[in-house]
Amino acid sequence: MSLPSNRTAVLADPDEIARRIPNGALLGLPPDNSTPSMAAVHALIRRGAKDLRLLGVPVLGLSADLLIGAGCVAEVESSAVSLGEAGLAPRFTEAVERAQIRMRDATCPAVHTALQATEKGVPFMPLRGILGSDLVGGRGDWKVIDNPLRAGDPILIVPAIQPDVALFHARWADEAGNVWVGRRRELATIAHASKRCYVTVEEFRPGDMLEDELLAPGVLGSVYVTGIARAERGAWPLSLVGVYGVDDAQLRRYAAAAKTRAGFEAYLDEFVRTGRAARLHDRAAGR
Amino acid sequence: MSSYAPEELLACTIARLVADAGHIAVGAASPIPATAAFLLKLKNPGLRISLLHKRSGNPFTEGTRELFDLAGQGRIDVFFLGGAQIDGEANINLVRAEGRRFPGSFGSAFMYFAAGRTILFREEHSRRVLVPKVDFVSAPGWSPPAVERRGGPQALLTGKALFSWQKERRRFRLESVHPGGSAEEIRADTGFDYDAPAQVPVTVAPRAEDLALLRGPVAVEIAKNYPEFARRIWCSASS
Repeated sequence: MSLPSNRTAVLADPDEIARRIPNGALLGLPPDNSTPSMAAVHALIRRGAKDLRLLGVPVLGLSADLLIGAGCVAEVESSAVSLGEAGLAPRFTEAVERAQIRMRDATCPAVHTALQATEKGVPFMPLRGILGSDLVGGRGDWKVIDNPLRAGDPILIVPAIQPDVALFHARWADEAGNVWVGRRRELATIAHASKRCYVTVEEFRPGDMLEDELLAPGVLGSVYVTGIARAERGAWPLSLVGVYGVDDAQLRRYAAAAKTRAGFEAYLDEFVRTGRAARLHDRAAGR
Repeated sequence: MSSYAPEELLACTIARLVADAGHIAVGAASPIPATAAFLLKLKNPGLRISLLHKRSGNPFTEGTRELFDLAGQGRIDVFFLGGAQIDGEANINLVRAEGRRFPGSFGSAFMYFAAGRTILFREEHSRRVLVPKVDFVSAPGWSPPAVERRGGPQALLTGKALFSWQKERRRFRLESVHPGGSAEEIRADTGFDYDAPAQVPVTVAPRAEDLALLRGPVAVEIAKNYPEFARRIWCSASS
């Protein structure tokens, strides 16, 4: 399959992004502190997405717990799934304990390395450490080889991973379809390695950010960007560094509610399934 | 004698263990190790701290892989790891035990090898956590000679005691018991066997000057990144 390299599509809203992500897709997602598109995650739940396979780059949190609890997920590959200071990810924990989803345990640098292999178009890459961990035996696709350049040196290789879709939130997109990710370069890595990339952005900017030498180093070029949609406060209740912080109270509220199935469903009804989430986004944005 | 929170004793103990480090990295959800690092930084301004989840002014500009790339090159002296289970060979388990699922291995399977040394840290000290053999090895405590490995465990600190790791014997040694506990209690609450001196010392209490630093500038720094923890220990709020 050839990768798209034509013009970036400007989409109406996060729901239009959700309609373009097929059931069963391998979805590359950033960690909670690196701006998942919560607006698009909510839209995927409203769409009733099914059988998604989530790749945590390198870990996951609220975004995955919501998708899992809402029944959108068949499989997770990640180095961890947790809500950080707010504790365990309750819907993930229950789904794995009840064998409702498949879990492929990884470790952070292995995920990064596997995506970097795809960026370079090579079939695998080696990395140090990890030997002796039960992670290796749990993964049919990781191999221990003898270093071909120095005998007697066992080393792990991991296969390249190519997600079907990269999905995240960012601060700006411009008229040329470029997206500014700033220092959050893992967002660029996920986009580089994925077949398609959908981004929700806080704001559209006029012009072309590649012509601004100060902005250009933080830009993900439009060649990687399939579609963009505006979503103000699109990372809420997570943070968009430099624009708004984590809504810690909302995270605590989620962590408490999601401990039970009924509490989780009530959370979805209040903040995801209805238009209330959008209104809260608006309120948080001071409109 | 001043009173102090158990978390303050743990942070001061970690600070003593890693006082000679040039570069300390702190991973996810580790407020007590972060507290120790910021305490040391006040005494040694040349100390470099890389706080992976620093909300503002984060040290990394290449994304989260940069921490692992730094460690892979040997640029990180000290890292911290915990475990749902930790066994007597310093293996750690962050994945599953007794039918229960935990978040996952994070970067442990790499960082335990690549950091210059690792402090194992877990507040709960019980036979549930400190087991004879972990149910799942997220990261092994030691490796055979053929496997390239820069670092490994230095010590295991719990809410009740401090153990050192004896690399040659592949066993822990009880170094001290925190105030209020006893060597017998530690033996009873520890699921794995370990060495111990005939007389086990009491863990050194925090000094008044260190407590003052913790409750002043360190609390302010910690509140920016671990607001829940700072509120609980020092009733301080992030600005």
